Amino acid sequence: MSNIKKLLFIICLIPAIWLTIAVFTDQLGANPIEAVTRETGLWALRFLWLTLLITPLSWLTGWNRLVRYRRLFGLYVFFYAVLHMLLYLGLDQFFDINEIIEDIIKRPFIAIGFFSFTALIPLVITSNNAMVKRMGGRRWKLLHRLTYFIAIASSIHFYMLVKLDKQEPLIYMGLLIILLVPRVYRYAKSTALKH
Amino acid sequence: MLFKKTRLGELPASEITDYSVYLNRRQFLNGAAIAATASLLPVSLASADSAPEPTYKGLIKSAYSTDDNLTTFESVTTYNNFYEFGTDKGSPSLMATEFPDKSKPWRVTIDGECDKPGEYDYDDLIRPFTLEERIYRLRCVEGWSMVIPWVGFPLADLIKRAQPNSRAKFVEFTTLFDPEQMPGQHRNVLDWPYTEGLRMDEAMNPLTLLSVGLYGQELLGQNGAPIRLVVPWKYGFKSIKSIVRIRFVESLPQSAWMKAGPNEYGFYSNVNPDVDHPRWSQGRERRIGEFLKRKTELFNGYGEEVAHMYTGMDLRKYI
Repeated sequence: MSNIKKLLFIICLIPAIWLTIAVFTDQLGANPIEAVTRETGLWALRFLWLTLLITPLSWLTGWNRLVRYRRLFGLYVFFYAVLHMLLYLGLDQFFDINEIIEDIIKRPFIAIGFFSFTALIPLVITSNNAMVKRMGGRRWKLLHRLTYFIAIASSIHFYMLVKLDKQEPLIYMGLLIILLVPRVYRYAKSTALKH
Repeated sequence: MLFKKTRLGELPASEITDYSVYLNRRQFLNGAAIAATASLLPVSLASADSAPEPTYKGLIKSAYSTDDNLTTFESVTTYNNFYEFGTDKGSPSLMATEFPDKSKPWRVTIDGECDKPGEYDYDDLIRPFTLEERIYRLRCVEGWSMVIPWVGFPLADLIKRAQPNSRAKFVEFTTLFDPEQMPGQHRNVLDWPYTEGLRMDEAMNPLTLLSVGLYGQELLGQNGAPIRLVVPWKYGFKSIKSIVRIRFVESLPQSAWMKAGPNEYGFYSNVNPDVDHPRWSQGRERRIGEFLKRKTELFNGYGEEVAHMYTGMDLRKYI
């Protein structure tokens, strides 16, 4: 691992370390379980947006080395999503399987969150170099387009769970559109060239 | 039941004052005994909570109080839904430190279908009433709950003085509109000013309280200073804060939350574990300060006092 990667690896852990300290020093306010569940979800979202920023940023700057760090950020999306999921399953539902199934069936935002978490799993499994080789670049790329589905779904999950003030989820949705536009533009240009 | 039953409802109206005088005397004697005992306790025990010294002295201890453990003063005053000071639960305690502006008099208008309308300064408004301490459970529509020692008086006492006429079927309450003092009102998250309403019998129910304090002292801005409603069997948003107008009306008033989400927030909004919010379950709640969730009770556990008002009503329909 390069030094930059090592440094990034540690930096990405800071939110988790901070949250752990905050929980044990009672700094998360009156409802710490709700706060830590919300924060881990937000950090999963932030790392996902960061992952999606890498490609357009490398196009913009021509700095292709950036792509080397994309996997690290992607794995951190999964790391924070796992924490978020465990907090929901454990401290919101107390691992009551019937309650959890009922929650998924009855509430679209829970179902959407659950499915976008599930969709992360094949991406994590196929994230190492050996898997890329085994699958072949084309198929691997196709599978990893799931990221777009996950990003759209998780921003909807966020939008739906907010009680009334939709400002924050709308900001994330706006940023997502900004991240997707250059991809759509490039795709449109490349198909236009083929004709 | 978690709270003691009262015989208040069985007394003829003429005897109610005598009863409160009786309670007052008893309370004075109890208070003296408690003060004597407390002075013998080690400091650490006497100040187990961070609550400041009470400023209201000799309050009647209401028989309607629950004996559930109190939520800490810290939590009650830092975890608040008061969108007039921002939609984050931490922001009211940060934004409302100067609220209400002491240089501006707090005026409350009582009007509509009543024989004795009027506009009162806060002090004149509350002067005729005997303040008491009532410890109530508060259940937020979001799925958390607290136990709060309110200071206040029954709304019914105020209504009796205003003498509503036969056309008065509902009571509508309005919060102050003043974006200078309430910066959250610069954003149209709700249709300001915040309004709420009760049916006349709900407003007259002995549990319905006008609160001016908590933990033995005046309300802080974030808790709805200087005067707010407390309706313990309904979701917290019904307990409107920082009231400037109480109006008697003939038809059902539209509340700010009904306008914001008619499918999610109804006029009644009685706590009911069997009627979920469209987006989340109401079956359980997290009592602030507790790790495990607890089961939510119908009418927040106040069924004995309030269920009779809803007999024959389909609680799934009248949300």
